[in-house]
Amino acid sequence: MANPLYHKNIVSITDLTKSELELIVQLASIIKASGSQPYLQDKVIASCFFEASTRTRLSFETAVQRLKGSLIGFSDSSNTSTRKGETLSDSITMISSYADAIIMRHPKEGAARLASEVSTVPVINGGDGANQHPTQTLLDLFSIAECQGTLSDLKVAFVGDLKYGRTVHSLAQALSLFNPKFYFIAPEALKMPSYLERDLKEHGIPFEYLESLEEGVQKVDILYMTRVQKERFDPTEYMHIASKYVLTAEMLQGAQANMKVLHPLPRVDEIHPDVDASEHAYYFQQAENGVYARQALLSLVMNEEIKELTDA
Amino acid sequence: MRETMAVEAIKKGTVIDHIPTAQGLNILALIQKRDANAQVTVGLNLPSKGSGRKDIIKVEGWLFSEEDAGEMALYAPLATINIIDNYKVVKKFKIGLPDSFVGIFACPNSNCISHPEPVPSRFKVVKKEQKVRLRCHYCERTFSDSLFK
Repeated sequence: MANPLYHKNIVSITDLTKSELELIVQLASIIKASGSQPYLQDKVIASCFFEASTRTRLSFETAVQRLKGSLIGFSDSSNTSTRKGETLSDSITMISSYADAIIMRHPKEGAARLASEVSTVPVINGGDGANQHPTQTLLDLFSIAECQGTLSDLKVAFVGDLKYGRTVHSLAQALSLFNPKFYFIAPEALKMPSYLERDLKEHGIPFEYLESLEEGVQKVDILYMTRVQKERFDPTEYMHIASKYVLTAEMLQGAQANMKVLHPLPRVDEIHPDVDASEHAYYFQQAENGVYARQALLSLVMNEEIKELTDA
Repeated sequence: MRETMAVEAIKKGTVIDHIPTAQGLNILALIQKRDANAQVTVGLNLPSKGSGRKDIIKVEGWLFSEEDAGEMALYAPLATINIIDNYKVVKKFKIGLPDSFVGIFACPNSNCISHPEPVPSRFKVVKKEQKVRLRCHYCERTFSDSLFK
């Protein structure tokens, strides 16, 4: 089969079509079940983290190693030419002449888009400021498909910081291709940005705000929790607000049997540790799935043909 | 008082007419950014039959292309461009909104990569229900046109 992701830059989740998202999820599932072919053998992958990110970097680098690729790169920009004043454009031009693909994280929004336009090899965005983090969305989609058996027609609640949380924005955009119903549970100050609400309305995606977390738990297939950050509020206000968005095992009693709780991690207080033992908890499997989703993506971007998909 | 007496006629050049009041100086800034030596006459708050008041700009010696005019579209999408030769209007067109703006406005997002890098800013024009918004090609944020005025 023709692989539409071959040599494609992966900058923004909105660059990917529904069938491309399904392809990545399908391959991630196959890789998780049966292991992967050495799809990056003899390839050099540059892992360029202009901003530190432990989970994303380690997950990407594990994926590269499992696909038998070689890694070059850096885990923060403190010892790179960036500190000497080199532009990102020059850095990427240089790195793309060494490596076969570039994985990058950068604190500035739009950095991956710019890099993809100067690079001669594919660029995969591992997060650009508050803008996009497409591979987080891919692992979220894979986790949802895995625990629900489908991505279509699901009821999904997003809880916590919906204003600044880029994982929420990207996942909502991606799921919009699959006929969802959304519930939003958030403090007034951290509601979904109006431009996203406008997009949902324009695409005919139903959504509503719920007053309490308990109400959301009863209604949905997926409860997507996020952290309400302390620095957004004064300390007293934070105590009051954050306490309303803490999930406990007791709250899960009326949940549907198939309901799963996801969280991009790290969590702080918003999911009580007593939820971990519940059959509804799925956030650690979700974190593990980051490696499979990234293996699937890297395999598809770097290989014109994928044997497992041809056989499937 | 007749309009033609408010601003002196030009022999050859461009007259931008029907600019909404308060936008004339924004357009002047764009013209000066393109050509600091442009010979310009500006009329502000002149009487207008249609909208009560308007701004008007006359640029001597520079015959605007539609692309030149497009740069000014965000400030005055309904303005009229008159190309003048030998004191006569030889071409007349509405400015109209282009599909994109390149290198004209800085991105309002201070954390956008377009600021520190040697690249021109790039915005896609998104027009829905009479509202104009600009979406940054790099940081992907969408901004109301009022942020640029």
